[in-house]
Amino acid sequence: MKKTIGTAVLWCGILCAALWLLNALFLPKYMSRVPEGALIAEYYKETAGHDVVFIGDCEVYENFSPDLLWREYGIPSYIRGSAQQLIWQSYYLMEETLKYETPKVVVFNVLSMKYGEPQSEAYNRLNLDGMRFSRQKLAAVRASITQEESFLSYLFPLLRFHDRWGELTGEDVTYLFHRDIVSDSGYLMNVQVRPAEDVPQGRPLANYEFDPVCWDYLDKMADLCQENGVQLVLIKAPSLYPYWYDQWEEQIEAYAAQRNLPYLNFLARTEEMGIDFSTDTYDSGLHLNLYGAEKLSRWFGDWLTQNCPVEDRRGQEPYESVWQEKSAAYAARKARLEAEWSGSNPAE
Amino acid sequence: MSFASTQFLVFFAALFLLYYTIPQRHQWKLLLAGSLIFYWFAGWWCLIYIGVTTVTVCLTARKIDSLAQAQEAWFQAHRDTLSKEERKAQKARDKSLRFRWLLACLLLNFGILAVVKYTNFVLGNVNAVLALFGSGQLPAVSMVLPMGISFYTFQTTGYLIDVYWRKVPAQRSLGKFALFATFFPQLIQGPISRYGDLSRTLYGEHPWNAQQIAMGAERVLWGLAKKLIVADRLAIPLRTLVSSPEEYSGVYVLAVIFLYAVQLYADFTGGIDITIGAAQMLGVQVTENFVRPFFSKNAAEYWRRWHITMGTWFRDYLFYPMSVSKPILKLHQRCRNRFGRFGKHVSVHTCSLILWFVTGVWHGASWNFIVWGLLNGIVIIVSQEMEPLYDKFHARFPSLKGSWGWDLVQVLRTFWLMGAIRVLDVYRDVPLTFRQLGSVVTGFRPQVLWDGSFLELGIGAGDWLVAAAGGGAMLVCSLLGRRKPVRERLLDHSPHLAWGGCVLLVLLTLIFGVYGIGFDATQFIYNQF
Repeated sequence: MKKTIGTAVLWCGILCAALWLLNALFLPKYMSRVPEGALIAEYYKETAGHDVVFIGDCEVYENFSPDLLWREYGIPSYIRGSAQQLIWQSYYLMEETLKYETPKVVVFNVLSMKYGEPQSEAYNRLNLDGMRFSRQKLAAVRASITQEESFLSYLFPLLRFHDRWGELTGEDVTYLFHRDIVSDSGYLMNVQVRPAEDVPQGRPLANYEFDPVCWDYLDKMADLCQENGVQLVLIKAPSLYPYWYDQWEEQIEAYAAQRNLPYLNFLARTEEMGIDFSTDTYDSGLHLNLYGAEKLSRWFGDWLTQNCPVEDRRGQEPYESVWQEKSAAYAARKARLEAEWSGSNPAE
Repeated sequence: MSFASTQFLVFFAALFLLYYTIPQRHQWKLLLAGSLIFYWFAGWWCLIYIGVTTVTVCLTARKIDSLAQAQEAWFQAHRDTLSKEERKAQKARDKSLRFRWLLACLLLNFGILAVVKYTNFVLGNVNAVLALFGSGQLPAVSMVLPMGISFYTFQTTGYLIDVYWRKVPAQRSLGKFALFATFFPQLIQGPISRYGDLSRTLYGEHPWNAQQIAMGAERVLWGLAKKLIVADRLAIPLRTLVSSPEEYSGVYVLAVIFLYAVQLYADFTGGIDITIGAAQMLGVQVTENFVRPFFSKNAAEYWRRWHITMGTWFRDYLFYPMSVSKPILKLHQRCRNRFGRFGKHVSVHTCSLILWFVTGVWHGASWNFIVWGLLNGIVIIVSQEMEPLYDKFHARFPSLKGSWGWDLVQVLRTFWLMGAIRVLDVYRDVPLTFRQLGSVVTGFRPQVLWDGSFLELGIGAGDWLVAAAGGGAMLVCSLLGRRKPVRERLLDHSPHLAWGGCVLLVLLTLIFGVYGIGFDATQFIYNQF
């Protein structure tokens, strides 16, 4: 009997180990392609805390430079952004972040208020697969999955990605147990320039009201920040597209006033910030490039120091040594990308 | 709730844990509750249908049994006072009374089956006839087929006939009979168990038996692997091949014959493996339904090895009673007198054709299935009538009989013949099927076998390789399992081998199984019957 139990335990152990290994092998690594998928997990490698945490979709991870905020204002910050991050995903990421640290300010980009329902499996994966197993992850998955998805596949990604057996590459083996850092404190750098020339106007909508579920989550975010003594700042990043309607703007303004929250619509301040959409965007106005992001971050750094309880932490340990390293990586990445861009675009 | 779903795995795991936790005398009650929950997942309204069948069959069987006992007691008490003629007349009256109960219950239950399964088929045919005369059309009736109705109707009516024939005693407990009717592992695709076989282990107390549980679990895994790796993978190119028959004719039809044979075998036997394995894990022994059918040397043998419980059901409850019925005996007499040797066979062949017609109808409400059934019957009859010719042939070439090469020829002939008839399942109508089969001769284009055309049917080279490896593994296991199932041989050799096999099956199914987003998970084919 003992021998049978021993054999059973041994083989169950082997099965679990094999499943763990296969999960790691089949999960997309997002190193050479779609680096957005690696953003969420990078946060867990952070060793020092942050005074400012950005939460939201591509309008935060493409538009703000934490490195500039550090270099010029001494503000340690991080962007917990991911592609088409839905508001409930933002909420659970915020809740999870507050488990690890208590920043002074959380900045939330309000574009995701436009989505009242789960959107697509592909984006869900980019947002949720990187989250560590936690109550927040389970809740985020439950809130996010589309009809065709299975909850279980977020716990055992092999169930979703098993069909990659024909497309596994060396990258899947190389990054089996580790990942390279693809962002700079959550900022996904892009130095290319593609001017915004013909920005389409928004089509009239049948209904401009945000979905009640979005208001619920925005409320929960505000409440959570209040409970934790964190200043919530609502922003709308200066992306020309997707179109931001005046009716939406009015609703957010009214909400911010009602909850006594600062709300900054950067679209209305681009001139003040010096953003030039002929040089400061890499995709015709959807997102800023590095130069635009630094202009926006500089303006926002000024605003933060004047309006929020952030302090200049330059010279303080462990921030100083951590950010020195980060700044060096940022500068190196910038130099490499600029060289690549000018190499592929000699006319520039 | 498909067997190949996480929902089923969770359901079964929970039931399994409870089953071995509660007192053993209550185990059958838990199985009944589990079976009803399982059935409820198909739609609460399905419970009404199966409930009607269960209650009517159970009560009728009890009535027939009580009548038989009372009649027997009366007969014994009055035996000495009755003359031989009176005894005979009394017995006939008694039997007639029991028969009326049997007939009423059979008519009710087959009536339900006929109405829900065949109403629209009949209406469709009536409309086709009306259209010939330019008359108006009858509207189709919206009716959803209750899950497993063909299986549970046959299983319960088989029990009723057995009680009528006094082969088994009537089950007095409605709950226990309900478990026989609804036992969830076999509810949706069989096997069609006999009460005498299933009841031996269904109601007993089952202590934890690690070896039985391990054997059962391994069989479940093997079934899942066959279904998810082979059957569902081959379903993808088959869908392409069948949905555009004009484009895929000629040699593609041979591919359809071959691929559908493998897919159906993997799908159906996979489902049966899950059924038998899951039951075994619960200590219940379910009848085998397949014995390496693709190694059959003729059509009759094939049908003794494929879907065995259906074949024996039709044989025992339709063919035999029909063969000794008065009209058939009269026919036999007349034909024997008029046509001599061949005449002696007419009555048997008539019964065979009726049996195969009903088998076809049972499979589905369409002309495809009716023609499929009749073709099977015709092949078997022709094969029987040609036996003297075979004997002459073997007398001329005595070394062929029993030789490995001749056996192979017979096996391949039966495989392709049965396969060619079976494609009636997949093409949309009978004329199209025959056109497609004809195109093998008229439009044979072998170059598509090597010009890469098969890589454009929905799966790539890797998937073809996986399917081939899976099919190969099924063949090897089938050959190795002739004397003893492979899983038992592994266990005999070393428990580590058996465990290793299980772990490997889990991993291979998880990796190479066709499931999840990107795949259209295919229901078990036999669920629809």
